[in-house]
Amino acid sequence: MDYISINSVSKVFTGKDASVQALQDINLTINKGEFVCLLGPSGCGKSTLLNAVAGFALPTSGEILLKGRKVTEPGPDRGVVFQEYAIFPWMTVAKNIAFGLEIKGVSAKEVEERVVMLMETLKLSEFRDRFPKDLSGGMRQRVAIARLLAIDSPVMLMDEPFGALDALTRRTLQDELLRIWRESGKTILFVTHSIEESLYLASRIVVMTYRPGRIKRNQLVEMPYPRDPAGTEFNRLKRELGELVMAEQVLYTNDELRL
Amino acid sequence: MPLLLLVFWEAVCRAGMVSPIMLPSPTAIVLKWGEWLLSGELLIDVVGSMGRVVGGFLIGAGLALPLGLFMGASPRIYEYCNPIIQVLRPIPPIAWIPMSILWFGLGNPPAIFLISLGAFFPVLMNTIAGVQNVDSIYLRASLNLGAGKGIMFRRVILPAATPYILAGVRIGIGTAFIVVIVSEMIAVNNGLGYRILEAREFMWSDKIIAGMITIGLLGLAIDQLMNRLNNYLLRWHRGLDS
Ligand SMILES: Nc1ncnc2c1ncn2[C@@H]1O[C@H](COP(=O)(O)OP(=O)(O)O)[C@@H](O)[C@H]1O
Ligand SMILES: [Mg+2]
Repeated sequence: MDYISINSVSKVFTGKDASVQALQDINLTINKGEFVCLLGPSGCGKSTLLNAVAGFALPTSGEILLKGRKVTEPGPDRGVVFQEYAIFPWMTVAKNIAFGLEIKGVSAKEVEERVVMLMETLKLSEFRDRFPKDLSGGMRQRVAIARLLAIDSPVMLMDEPFGALDALTRRTLQDELLRIWRESGKTILFVTHSIEESLYLASRIVVMTYRPGRIKRNQLVEMPYPRDPAGTEFNRLKRELGELVMAEQVLYTNDELRL
Repeated sequence: MPLLLLVFWEAVCRAGMVSPIMLPSPTAIVLKWGEWLLSGELLIDVVGSMGRVVGGFLIGAGLALPLGLFMGASPRIYEYCNPIIQVLRPIPPIAWIPMSILWFGLGNPPAIFLISLGAFFPVLMNTIAGVQNVDSIYLRASLNLGAGKGIMFRRVILPAATPYILAGVRIGIGTAFIVVIVSEMIAVNNGLGYRILEAREFMWSDKIIAGMITIGLLGLAIDQLMNRLNNYLLRWHRGLDS
């Protein structure tokens, strides 16, 4: 059975004087345990699609099913990592990680055990009582990931989570995410505009078109992990996808210039 | 510099250049203050004034906080209450004095009413703004983690709005402190406000100034206390370090 199925999903944002067709007739099925990257230039509707799966902004038409059940609202079965490090600034690292478990009503002792374990996994132990303002961007994103692992969402939705990080930190977190994914068997839907990032991470890449957002290419990536960004297959795919994305990027740039 | 000023002030008074009624000398003020303190009356006045400030503030802020949270969170409640509030808010608490005396008579009740009124609006307005300005990303994140309404209110909206609320509390206490002095001058017969007005009738300038300085010091102490509270409650907040 398909784990996530996105059926004929369209999304129109109606503004005062103009409306934007952000998504048009998207059909996509994702199997359990896949790592799917949504790839495309800015404005092509990647976040819109992710938010629809998350249940934050439902599609205008079409439907999204998770294990056969229609998505109608946000929920802990589909954890989201936001680009803006949406960890709570008034909670310490440990409190942030514990929050989802406390909502669930897990006993204090069990919460503590999970939090300690997750802080170890994500190398956050020594920052346990820090507030987010005293953490680097990479650390904050680790907390955000730990927060989701705590509630053990079977599906992780990630919207350009490493976009604001420096290259070295990004690579480290990518490696850790891959490790977590392979150990946990979670299903990941990951948004990025970086071809390199999608090739390094994904078991499947979905390239989107710019306005209206449609699926241009659905590409399985079968290279074994860990992948070598300097390898021949990596670079062949990079060129191939690069051309696809570039064609959409041009449309986007033209739009930007017109504004 | 302040010391120099004090010496100059003392010298001017000693030389008899101004009448002690217009400007008593610093030593006279300090002596009077000591006398006031030793008589035990000062303590009663300070406790009286502060009791009214604290009582009135707690009532005013205690009503404003929940109302502000509801108004900030629900556009419907906001639409419903806002017109009345917009009309009442610009009326200075002082303008309520006549009605409050008619309603509550003399003594503590009208004073506490006026003080709570003075504290109510700043806390209310800031609480509303604080809740309305909670970044939607935090609401999304908490929904995503499965938070219900109650948890979201207590653990997300309230802390996120705290910087605004505390700013309102600060203004509210300041207003309460102004109003307590005024209301004591009119409706009550003890407290620092009453005492300095009483001293004027006897032309005790030294006592008036001693009272003013006491009021100033109490205001300063309240402000320091608020600062501490702020720093503690907002220790997570970015703005505080820089
Ligand atoms: N809330 C909104 N209201 C109106 N238009 C929106 C809204 N959100 C996104 N859009 C538009 O929809 C298109 C897709 O946006 P988005 O999904 O954020 O793209 P991406 O994440 O790929 O950069 C863009 O053209 C954007 O301007
Ligand atoms: Mg986006």
